[in-house]
Amino acid sequence: MTQQNADTTTTVPQRADAAPDFRGLETRGAHAWFGTHHALADVSLRFPERTVTGLIGPSGCGKSTFIRLLNRMHEFIPSAAMAGEILLNGSDIYDPLEDPASIRLKVGMVFQKPNPFPAMTIRENVLAGIKLAHLKRDNHDDIVEQCLSRAGLWKEVKDRLGAYGGSLSGGQQQRLCIARSLAVEPQVLLMDEPCSALDPGSTLRIEETIRELAEKITVVIVTHNMQQASRVSDFCAFFLTDGGPGYLVEADATRKIFTNPGDSRTADYVQGKFG
Amino acid sequence: MVVVYSRADKIFRRIVTAGALTSLMLLGLIAAFLIFRSWDTFSQFGFKFITGSEWFSAGEDPLGGATTALVEAQDASVFSIGPMIVGSLVVALIAMFLAVPLSVGGALYIEFYAPKGIYRVLVTLLDLAAAIPSLIFGLWGIQIFTPIGVRWATLLNDRLGFIPIFSVEFENFARSPFVAGCVLAALVVPITTSVAREVYSRTPRDLIDTCFALGGTKWGAIRSVVIPYGKSGVIAGAMLGLGRALGETVAIYLMLNLVFDYSNEILDSAGGNVASMIALKFGEATDKEISALIAAGLVLFVITLIVNMIASSIVQRSTPRA
Repeated sequence: MTQQNADTTTTVPQRADAAPDFRGLETRGAHAWFGTHHALADVSLRFPERTVTGLIGPSGCGKSTFIRLLNRMHEFIPSAAMAGEILLNGSDIYDPLEDPASIRLKVGMVFQKPNPFPAMTIRENVLAGIKLAHLKRDNHDDIVEQCLSRAGLWKEVKDRLGAYGGSLSGGQQQRLCIARSLAVEPQVLLMDEPCSALDPGSTLRIEETIRELAEKITVVIVTHNMQQASRVSDFCAFFLTDGGPGYLVEADATRKIFTNPGDSRTADYVQGKFG
Repeated sequence: MVVVYSRADKIFRRIVTAGALTSLMLLGLIAAFLIFRSWDTFSQFGFKFITGSEWFSAGEDPLGGATTALVEAQDASVFSIGPMIVGSLVVALIAMFLAVPLSVGGALYIEFYAPKGIYRVLVTLLDLAAAIPSLIFGLWGIQIFTPIGVRWATLLNDRLGFIPIFSVEFENFARSPFVAGCVLAALVVPITTSVAREVYSRTPRDLIDTCFALGGTKWGAIRSVVIPYGKSGVIAGAMLGLGRALGETVAIYLMLNLVFDYSNEILDSAGGNVASMIALKFGEATDKEISALIAAGLVLFVITLIVNMIASSIVQRSTPRA
């Protein structure tokens, strides 16, 4: 797997230090709470455009909480709260005047378990977002073909677009879900352990897809699989918890994280000494 | 392969098997009883028992001695329940027509819009309402609802009277299938709402989340995921309600004038329903009439079975292949 971005930009510090013209997604001092439980503390990270960033760390360290902050899905959980800033191309997505729905159009999400809409066909699944968000699009056929191709599924399903999404295999379903997210043309795609329910073959197909997607959009992926993180990502961010809120230990180019991390805990984790 | 059951396993298996067999046997015995006791009626009237619209019982001799004349008179008895069957269906359908949209709306509100405090209260109230005896609904119907129902019926007749089912010969709207159907709807709503809410609450959270993640609104998520996902469950709940509406006795007995005539005017003060007819006539029935009433019971039993079979086939067909 290529890591072209990692080679050219190894020195890009992901810690945010105010650069007003930064394009991409950026968090500054992000915290998250569930009721009185402080789940995530002070995470400042940058996700440059057209890169893949892997979020790694042991269970319960706040990776999923963090990723759900990035498209305002966090606020659906009753009693959830957040602090800090999350900027997309420089503007705060938590601005009171922002419509959460329009943020989620720009920052899409793929979930852990493949979940095509059960009552919809493959075609309807791909177009679901356009319908849900009331987007005006005329070229539905083109969108279906384009999104399924980008998700690496077109050749397998082009003759049965009218079949139900549930009739596909697990890996195909997950690629259908990716195609569905792509249809609303997001700038960033968040993936929360997208391969944890899939077999190794399907996992590799999805990873190829992720690399291809990164030519056009920014991908943030939570993964427990170290090989996956090293194969698929340009940058890695390592999260940890010491019983309290989860925090960011370090973030750097993936190659550096895996060969010469700055923190001994990162080294221990990526070598499988704990987690 | 030899499966070895432990002792406890064997005992448990016998207990549950016995339970299953007992309920099947009860159903079989009920059916056998109904068929046995209604045999006379069906052999005398045949299919006309279902299609005919006349119920006439030549009474027995009040002094107890059966005279020749009276035996002849008894042969003049005619039993058939066509209008009652139609009436059962009409009243039940009116009830479902009103109850299903109300239940779906109510269930969606409780599950997705009600604030937390109200949610608990509503769920408890709903369960309570489902346990209210139908007699209470009947009394409420007579005492409180009838004037309101009559006002609605008047309005319907006034505005939509050109449609045959809303036309009437005499403007007497009380004790009509429409008003009775409204009361029946009130009786059915708690059950169907409760089932619908339960079904909607089981929509996988990440399907709903996906709708939001795609830039959808709550209403969008409900329309494209929650309602399709819950469709078969809601149909099943509606059929449960329909079963109750078809078999409802006391409330209809109190709310409806039994008239042995086919009528297609639901606002007219005449109608009927098999169950309440049986209740009405049973007390003073002759032997022959009792056989006919039991035959009516058998017909109701079969109708309910058919409704349930249709329901389960709909449920099976509308369950998304996954």
